[in-house]
Amino acid sequence: MHNIVCIKQVPDTREVRLDPKTGNLIREGVPSIINPEDKNAIEEALRLKDEFGGTVTVITMGPPQAEEALREALAMGADKAVLIGDRAFAGADTGATSYTLGCAINKLGKYDLILCGREAIDGNTAQVGPQLGEILGLPQITYVRKVVIRKNIIEAERALEDGYEVVSTQLPVLLTVVKECNEPRIAAVADIIEAYREKEVIAWSAKDVDGDKARIGLNGSWTRIRKAAAVKPQKGKVQILEGSVGDVTKTLVAEFNKRNLL
Amino acid sequence: MNDHKGLWVFAEQKQGKIKSVTLELLGKGRELADILGVELTAILLGHNIQGLCQELISYGADRVLVADHKSLENYQTDTYTRIISQQVKERKPEIILVGASHIGRDLAPRVARRLDTGLTADCTELGIDEAERLLLQTRPAFGGNIIATIVTPEGRPQMATVRPKIMVSLPKDSTRKGEIVPVPVTEFAEDLRVKILSIVKGDKHGCNLEDAEIIVSGGRGLGKPENFKIIEALAKALGGEVGASRDAVDAGWISHDHQVGQTGKAVRPSLYIACGISGAVQHLAGMKDSETIVAINSNPKAPIFDVADFGIVGDLKVVVPALTQMILEQKENN
Repeated sequence: MHNIVCIKQVPDTREVRLDPKTGNLIREGVPSIINPEDKNAIEEALRLKDEFGGTVTVITMGPPQAEEALREALAMGADKAVLIGDRAFAGADTGATSYTLGCAINKLGKYDLILCGREAIDGNTAQVGPQLGEILGLPQITYVRKVVIRKNIIEAERALEDGYEVVSTQLPVLLTVVKECNEPRIAAVADIIEAYREKEVIAWSAKDVDGDKARIGLNGSWTRIRKAAAVKPQKGKVQILEGSVGDVTKTLVAEFNKRNLL
Repeated sequence: MNDHKGLWVFAEQKQGKIKSVTLELLGKGRELADILGVELTAILLGHNIQGLCQELISYGADRVLVADHKSLENYQTDTYTRIISQQVKERKPEIILVGASHIGRDLAPRVARRLDTGLTADCTELGIDEAERLLLQTRPAFGGNIIATIVTPEGRPQMATVRPKIMVSLPKDSTRKGEIVPVPVTEFAEDLRVKILSIVKGDKHGCNLEDAEIIVSGGRGLGKPENFKIIEALAKALGGEVGASRDAVDAGWISHDHQVGQTGKAVRPSLYIACGISGAVQHLAGMKDSETIVAINSNPKAPIFDVADFGIVGDLKVVVPALTQMILEQKENN
């Protein structure tokens, strides 16, 4: 079984703070991590490898420092890591990114599963997975929270807003997984050392990936950012209720009644 | 590019019921179509759904393209992508709006790639640049800390998914007239690649925050997972749902489907009560449009007070049970 996991290194947006004076984003010192749901995707690929054997390849498109994310994946147990990096990829939107990943995957040879996290915490688009599925011509199952494989048939639970559905298809297939799918393993220190000393991260440039130049990077992106600004919280006119607990709850219930909320 | 005309809304239905996000998109779509001076079309797929066409018209559509076939009863990526893409290629709309639901976020990227055009995810604001006739697609990014406006200058149609509960639907007008256009459906072997074995509604973690009229949310200020019981009691007394901040979810105190905010759900209930939630930007992004917001927090400087209508600076473990008690008493007396 050969499973390929697409991951993204992201700034840990949970650690982002705003400058109290200017209201601007403080980007410095924000740690870079493997996108949380991509880690669930790695874990699911490793879990299947534990069950059926085979190999796990992890790929990412990103700047040179994204190598750290790949090393972490190798330490978790991935067999092969590819960093797709080139200035030519800069400014890629989700369409151009999935095109580039698709070209790289086609170079990796045969596979059974392509796994992605449902969405990244910096962009929250959830678009790369399905667009990659379309480019590779694969069936897709998104929002996957459980995977069972028998021979070449997959049965998966797909999370819905009000429950879930059980779907099945033949491999190969593209999955996007949600957090509930599993609990990612934590690499042992020895494995981390080994991932840095013994294992290789393969670097591919635009030339190696061999895609249509018109479809990569900013040139290959249909969307453009026209404007971007930090969100500044608006000061409202909050009415702070003062007095004893009895007083404040009484006032509040009166306000609820006025608004017909009860 | 100029031969593309008209604004489409993907009409999401489940078991013969139109999703509320679709009606919200028709409301916004009506406004945008009028600015552009074009027709508003809803594209509806399903089985035995003819009755829904007039409903879509009543909420603002000029025209409904309806594909009614047994094979479309439940949403399936391949079938829906194929039929919608075919219709778009044939009829060439300039804009397509899709609700950012689990279905919409599965479908829209697939369609955008097949049509080779741009797609902007999870928009919270839409407008028109009249000079360039472009859809202005505004969305939060970077964990809700940045708000960005995105355009698709050349790709057609311009495609966007839109967060539920952000746009406002029009009042229903049953006298509105519109055109209903049937779309022929043929079955393809490829469509059957993924089979639905079963659909399970409302599993044990299920909670329906998006449609809740009242939400009581808890955050890190609860101190420990057991204190969610206090939140649940108030939610129950009010007939509402339980929400949570990302901190509480990340700490494992409550499941992810309760999470409100940029990485959780965007909600717009009549009443939102935030208990022990400081109000990180990414949380505010998901709830600040609630009609009445009450914040209960021990820190008077917590940013949640900036968006609240009523604030109580105090210990939620005292205030919330007292509030629950008083509401229960009033309900008993009625």
